[in-house]
Order: sequence, then structure tokens, then C-alpha cells
Amino acid sequence: MTTAEITLDITDRPPLTPGQIAIRRFRRHKMAIAGVILLLGVVLFVIVGSIIISEADSNFIDLEARLSPPSLEHPFGTDNVGRDILARTIYGGQISIIIGLLAVVISIVLGVLVGAISGYYGGFIDSILMRFTEAMFNIPSLFLLIILAKMLAGKIPTFTFWGRSFSGSVIVIICVIGLTSWMYLARIVRANVLSLKEQEFVTAARCIGASNLSIIFAHILPNTLAPIIVSATLQVAGSIISEAYVSFLGVGVQPPTATWGNLLDQAYHHLESEPWMWFFPGMFILFTVLSINFIGDGLRDAMDPRALVDVN
Amino acid sequence: MEPLLELQNLVVKFHTLNGVVNAVNGVSYSVETGKTLGIVGESGCGKSVSVLSIMGLIPDPPGKIAGGKILFNGEDLLTYENRQMESIRGARISMIFQDPMTSLNPVLTIGKQISESMELHLALSQKEAQGRSLELLSLLGIPNPKERFNDYPHQFSGGMRQRVMIAMALSCNPDILIADEPTTALDVTIQAQILELTKRLQGEMGMAIIWITHDLAVIAELADRVSVMYAGYIVEEADVFDLYDSPRHPYTLALLKSLPSVDRRRAHERLATIPGSPPDGIAVFPGCPLAPRCHFMVERCLHENPKLKTIGLNHKIACWVNVNTGKEI
Amino acid sequence: MTRYTIRRLLQAVPLLLILSAMLFFLANEMGDPLASFGGRRRIKSADRERLTRQLGLDKPIAVQYVIWLAGNDWMMVDLDGDGTPDEYGTRKGIIRGDFGYSFMEKRPVLEIISERFKNTMILMLTTEVVVIIFSLIIGIYSALRQYSVIDNVVTTISFIGYSMPVFWLALILMYLFAVNFKKWGLPYLPTIGMYDLAVGPTFSQIALHLILPVTTMSVISMAGYSRYVRSQMLEVINQDYIRTAYAKGLPERMVLLGHALKNASLPLVTIIGLDLPFLISGAVVTESIFAWPGMGRLFWDAVQDTDIPVLMAVLVIVALLVVVFQIITDIAYTFLDPRIRYS
Repeated sequence: MTTAEITLDITDRPPLTPGQIAIRRFRRHKMAIAGVILLLGVVLFVIVGSIIISEADSNFIDLEARLSPPSLEHPFGTDNVGRDILARTIYGGQISIIIGLLAVVISIVLGVLVGAISGYYGGFIDSILMRFTEAMFNIPSLFLLIILAKMLAGKIPTFTFWGRSFSGSVIVIICVIGLTSWMYLARIVRANVLSLKEQEFVTAARCIGASNLSIIFAHILPNTLAPIIVSATLQVAGSIISEAYVSFLGVGVQPPTATWGNLLDQAYHHLESEPWMWFFPGMFILFTVLSINFIGDGLRDAMDPRALVDVN
Repeated sequence: MEPLLELQNLVVKFHTLNGVVNAVNGVSYSVETGKTLGIVGESGCGKSVSVLSIMGLIPDPPGKIAGGKILFNGEDLLTYENRQMESIRGARISMIFQDPMTSLNPVLTIGKQISESMELHLALSQKEAQGRSLELLSLLGIPNPKERFNDYPHQFSGGMRQRVMIAMALSCNPDILIADEPTTALDVTIQAQILELTKRLQGEMGMAIIWITHDLAVIAELADRVSVMYAGYIVEEADVFDLYDSPRHPYTLALLKSLPSVDRRRAHERLATIPGSPPDGIAVFPGCPLAPRCHFMVERCLHENPKLKTIGLNHKIACWVNVNTGKEI
Repeated sequence: MTRYTIRRLLQAVPLLLILSAMLFFLANEMGDPLASFGGRRRIKSADRERLTRQLGLDKPIAVQYVIWLAGNDWMMVDLDGDGTPDEYGTRKGIIRGDFGYSFMEKRPVLEIISERFKNTMILMLTTEVVVIIFSLIIGIYSALRQYSVIDNVVTTISFIGYSMPVFWLALILMYLFAVNFKKWGLPYLPTIGMYDLAVGPTFSQIALHLILPVTTMSVISMAGYSRYVRSQMLEVINQDYIRTAYAKGLPERMVLLGHALKNASLPLVTIIGLDLPFLISGAVVTESIFAWPGMGRLFWDAVQDTDIPVLMAVLVIVALLVVVFQIITDIAYTFLDPRIRYS
């Protein structure tokens, strides 16, 4: 009697790809799902809101209605020159989120480039780049943000995009935040590249004559996607907060372009009497950043190669 | 002789995300004072889980002791509160683990780790405990005990670390020492030393030993009685010489056959293996868990799980087939 | 060990030089240094020219940097601003401890900083102590009761705390405990400054004024740290040596405090040590809101006034602290972890 013919098909399951495993694990992470829902809520608010309420409405000055508390007509109240805070929260949200996303794009590009080049080529280039990275690490980023923002303030004029006008400071802030947040990712990418480049698939790629560039971008980097994705996600949250800080201090995005941050700045002088001016924009920052942090946490758990447990 | 420790029909299950794992399915064994019980089996057969249940160290959740009794000196340990178990662990029943690298706390001196139990269970002062620790260290063959007392685990080699673990376990003179594959992570020469040492200590201190391993050669050295486990069941149980002389269960046979032989005449033979892999413990299968892999399988094996039956003097097996004749019992 | 320390300190020197050069350049590009020189009044152009020469602002930026670093008492400068360099300068440079004179307050920068530094220390150290204590408690408790309701609640609150802009939290706390408590006739907390000017800097005054700023700052930090403690504890609890400890019959408290915590707290030391200097930057916003006279607020004011000597001084001190604390933390870690100390 041959035993090989008897198989229990209960243990026969097709293996899952890493991507499928990651998605499954992400789905199990309840907070991450909550984060996705919350974030969708905020994004819908910002997008749908801007369809319902025009930008002109958000900039509409109505001195008679100034400083009025939440009401049917102005669900979030009005600010010191009578502008509707709900509208400004919607449009401010657009700017804040866009700043967050674009700043992260810059940061990722810089971080990956510096990390990959440093890790792959090593030697002198690595030393210099790492010294530079370390130097930037040693300054608290808020300090750097403030200085750079002040330095570049007013250098870029107001511009129009898609029929709307934006203060030049938006571009400034995007660049400034991007330029001060790439270091963390650079370090991680460099560490990963250092270990990956010793692996055999890289040697194999070199043997078939792949150029250095293609090795880096087509072979090594795809294997270090996980920390890049997680870092990118969490940085969006960080960028939104950074923008809020900088705008709150007054060196960020300048009015009349609204962001959640500078809405809070204006509210500072009306702390006691008009709490609605700072409460709502702040809540939205909280919701957005919170949801992104949840998602980032879920992604991190989902993609952690160390925790590769059987997920059936 | 009255057994010192007796497991009766122990059932342990783990409630995991993937389903309920039946780790131990009605296992019974016992050990007497001064004797050694060997438990043999593949990884995942439930041997570790059964002894962790004795110590009350099954994490709950996800583990649950779903039935049976563990009688120690007549009392059922499963009815004990954690506080009562605390006074048993390390004092009456001690355990040493497989990997001496990770089983010792890296940031505490070994001296402290040995003295701890004595200060706790025997109410010794720090000085008294230290004195006794130094005695233990030299008893276990660790040179320069006085200097080594203040060293940290990473400053010892693997074999030395395991000796420290043994010293820790024996410090309060326990009635039973449970050893969960303590030599698996060590190389063969060190393994021989540890086995030698254990036998000597047992002779001097008189404790009972439960020794778990997947290595049949170790069992031959040390055990008085052997239980063979598979998939959470005991499939064969015998005195050690009986087991080697006349193994009666297909699994035991296969294990013995898979031992590499030093016999030059067999040097060119392929190593025998048991095809397939053990069940995952979640799937419920009505028949004998070994059936899909068993050479001697008959139709009945697929439908009924055989119970442990005595077939000779102190020799029990759980099988439907007589391996000597190939016919059903 | 001492050789290692010295080597690290020496390595830090070029780093600090590069840093300070970068920052000096940025700070000068930031705006017009003379903008606030006249206080409230605008400077007359004649004065402006004179001042520019006197302060050496007409020299190339690289030279200005060298002067800032090494002083100008070894070269001829135009001290009276008449156009001819005919006297030796009076500045000794950062290297010799001369941080220059504040453009705004016309006082030695070192004087200003030493006043403010003390105040920031009070705020920071109090915050840090509160953060450490509570993070340990919360983190350990969460780790032990993993996945329980409390753990999930605590985790969620941590995330919320972590996701809030600090000033929003400050505003809420101020609104609740200062403004509204006052309105409702309850004893309320002060929100401005370090102490009530009428009463003077007594211990109780400072303590009272510390409550809101410390709470604000510590909630945000605690959120992050407690998660970290939790994950470290979780990792440690699942280690084999903890199982051994239980197998020896040690009661839970002894296992947790004597065995687990010792291991889990090692990386925490690193995190705290590295983070400490960055608290100053966190203080920028908090000190501004609560009008706490500390270094964070000093930095902010200096930025607004383009007071370059003060600005550079704060930046250099912070950078120095960061580097020094990195070295201290490194050494502390080697000291505390026996695997490194005796290898």
C-alpha cells in the first residue's frame, strides 16, 4: 500500500503572494480600517464641500456677520471679518491636504535618491551624503522650517491654477516641508540598499549587464518598497501637522489663501470669546492626521516581513 | 511504586485565529521518584505542551486545559491557583528549556539568576543563597565559580549556559526536573557531557526526571521508561530496553529506522524518512493521525483512532496492526 | 571608553562647523538684520550705513561667518563706522564663548540666554519626568492587557494625542481650565507667564503656572512614548527568559519589574536621551502660547526680529546639545547593557 497516494487535501492551500498577505493583514487591523473610513469622510467633506460652496463664498467678507457663533446659516460660525468658517474649513482643507501630499512627494524623491545613491555607491559619496543628512538631522525640524519659511517668504508671487488663485507661500511651504523631512527615509533606504546590494539577485543582474541605474531602480528599490510606503503615509500626516504649526506661527501660508493652520492663527486672538474659530479647523486636522496615522500603523503591521505568520 | 507525578487523560487545546488546535488529546503518563521518563516525538506532537501544563505555564488565552488531571503527590495541580503553583515551580518541580542562549536573562548576572529562586523558595538571605550558588556552580563543573558568579550569560558558552540553567533548576532540590530538549541546541560532545552530568546528579540528588527529546539516541542513554508521542497522542509506551528491542508501533519503528547508522555495511543506504508531514492539529480526522503516512495502514485505520492498549509487560501501543505480522490485531 | 568619548567629540566638531555655517547662511538670508535694530523706530539711512559698517554686515558672508566663529579682535575693523578700519575688533567669537550682542536688546546674548535657559529647563525637565512616569505606567499596563478593552482605549487615546497639533490642545486646555473655569466660578489655572508678577517667582507660583504648559507638552510626548514602552514590553514579555523566570516560580510582579522592565527600559533610555534636546523646539509653540519666557520663545522672537546673534546662539546651543546628548546616550547605553559593557 503506497502512502504517497493518500493525501489530505486539508493542508493543500495555494500560497499567497506577499501583496495578498499584506492586504489581508491590513484588513484585520480594525483601527486601520477605521482610519480609512475617517479619511474618506474628510476627503469627501473637502471635495463635495467645494462643489457645493464656491471659493468666492469662502472669501466673502460680511462685516455685519462677523464673529457670530455657529448657526444654521453659518454652521461653523464666522471669523473676524465675517467669512464663513465652514467654507474656509473646506477650502483650507484642500490646501492643507494638497500641501501634505506634495511635500511628501518631494520628501520621498529626495529621501530615496539620497538613500539609494549613498547606499549603492558607498565610499566618498556615502560619507558626504551621510554627513549632510546627519547635520540636517541635528537641527530640530521646526527651527529649520521656520527659518526657511521666513527666508523664502514673499519670493514667489500669487499664482493661478485651474482658475483659482493661490498665494505663492503655498509653493514655499510645500518645498520647505519637503526639504526638511527627507532624512529619515534616506537613512532607512540606505540601510536597506546596503543589505540588498549584497544579495545574489543583484550579482545576477550585473552578470547580465544591467546598468547601475537599472539595478538600483528596477531591482533593489522594489524590494524596499514597504518602508517607503509606510514612511510616505506617515509623513503625509507629519506634513499636515508641520504646515499647521508653521501657519499658526504666521510664517506659513499667507491669507487670503486659507489653510487649517492659518485659520488657527487668526483664531488665536479670539480665544476666549469665539472658540468656534479654532475648534473646527483643529478638529479637522485631528481627524485627518489621526486617520492617516491609523492607516500608516496598519500598513506597517501588514508589511512587516518579520511578522510573516501563516494567514489562512 | 506510587508514581510521583501522574498525568491522566490530559487534553489541551489552543484557540487560534486559524481554528482550534488540538495540541494534546488525552495523554497519560507518569514518573516515579529517582526514575527518568523519556518523551519522544516530532516537533509539534504535543510533548512540550504536556509538560508546560504540568508547570501551569500554558498561556491562557489562547491555550485551555480542556480535561484530565495532573496528580502530584496525590493532588491535582490543575485545581491549583496560580499562587499555589508559584510555590511548586522552581521548588518542587523545575524545568529547563531548549535554548540556553535565550532562556537566560541577558541583563542579570547568572549568580543573581541562580540565587533568586533560593531567596524566594528557601527564604535564604542573599549571602546564604550566594554560598549555595557557588556550591552548585562547582557541582556542575563550572570553573572559577567565584568570579563567574558576577558574569553575564553572554560571557558563557552554550554548554556552560545550560549548566547554569541546570544549577538554577536544581537549586531548591526539586522532586522533579523537567528537561525540554535541553541538548538539542548544543553540539554532540557537549550534549554527551550534559547527559553524563545529569545522570550523576540524579544519582546524587535522587530527583525524578522527565526528559523530552526528538533524539532517540539520547533516550537510550538516559531514560528508564519511554513514551512516544504523535499528533497529541501517546502511540507507544514501554521500558527503554523493551522499546529498542521490540518496538511495536509503526511510528516508533520508523523513528528507529531513520537513525543514521555507524554501521559501515549500511553506509550507502539512503536515510529512511517518514514521508509527508504531521497533521496541523486543526483538521479533525476520524482515524489514526498517522494513517496517511503509515506503511502498515489498513482500512480500519482511516475510520477509527486506536486507543492505547497493553500488549506485553508494561508495554502499551495504540495501533490496529501487528507490525511483526502486518496483520490486524 | 574615554578614548571613544574623545573620538566622538572630535568627530562632532566638523559636523558642528558645517551645521553652523549652513545655519549662519540661512539666518542671514532670512531677512534684513537691521530691520529691528531701531526698536520701534525705523532707522535713518545714514545710521543704517554706519551700523552696517560697524556690525561688519557689509563684508562677504563667508567673512562674517569666520568673524562670528573666531571673533575679530585679531583684525582691523571699522568700529566707529566712519568708513576706515582703524581699530582692532572686540569680538572673540563663538569658539571662545563670545556669543555677541543682541541686535534687539543690545545686551550680551549669553546673558539673555542664561536667563531663558533656566526657564526652559524647568519646563522641559518637569515635562520629561511626567512623560517618563506616565508612559511607563501606561505602556506596561497596556502590554500586559494586550487586546483588552483598556488596551484598545488607551491605544486610541494615544493616537489621538499623537495626532493633535500641540497648540490646538493648548487652546482647548486654556479654554476649558482657564477661561471657562473662571466663568463658572471654579478655581482656574493661569495661562500667561511663569509667575504672577504681583506675587513673585515663588515655588507655588511657578508650579501653578507650570500645570497647563506641562500638560500640553506631555500629552503629546506621552502618546508616542507609551506606545513605544508598550511595544518594547510586548517584545520582552514573549522572550524565553521570561518564561524561565515564571518557571522558577517567581510571582508576576517580580518577573515584570525585576526581569522584564530591565530589558524593556534599555532602548527607552536611548529614545529619551536623543529626544531631550528636541524638546526645545517643541517648546517654541508652547512657550509662545503660554508666554513662558524660555529659549523656545526666544528663538521665535529672534526670528521675527531677525536678531541674528541671538538666533545663531540658540541654534548652536541646540545643535551642540543634540550632539552632546547623542554621545551621552551612547555611553549610557553601553554602560547599562551588560552585553556591550563586557564584551
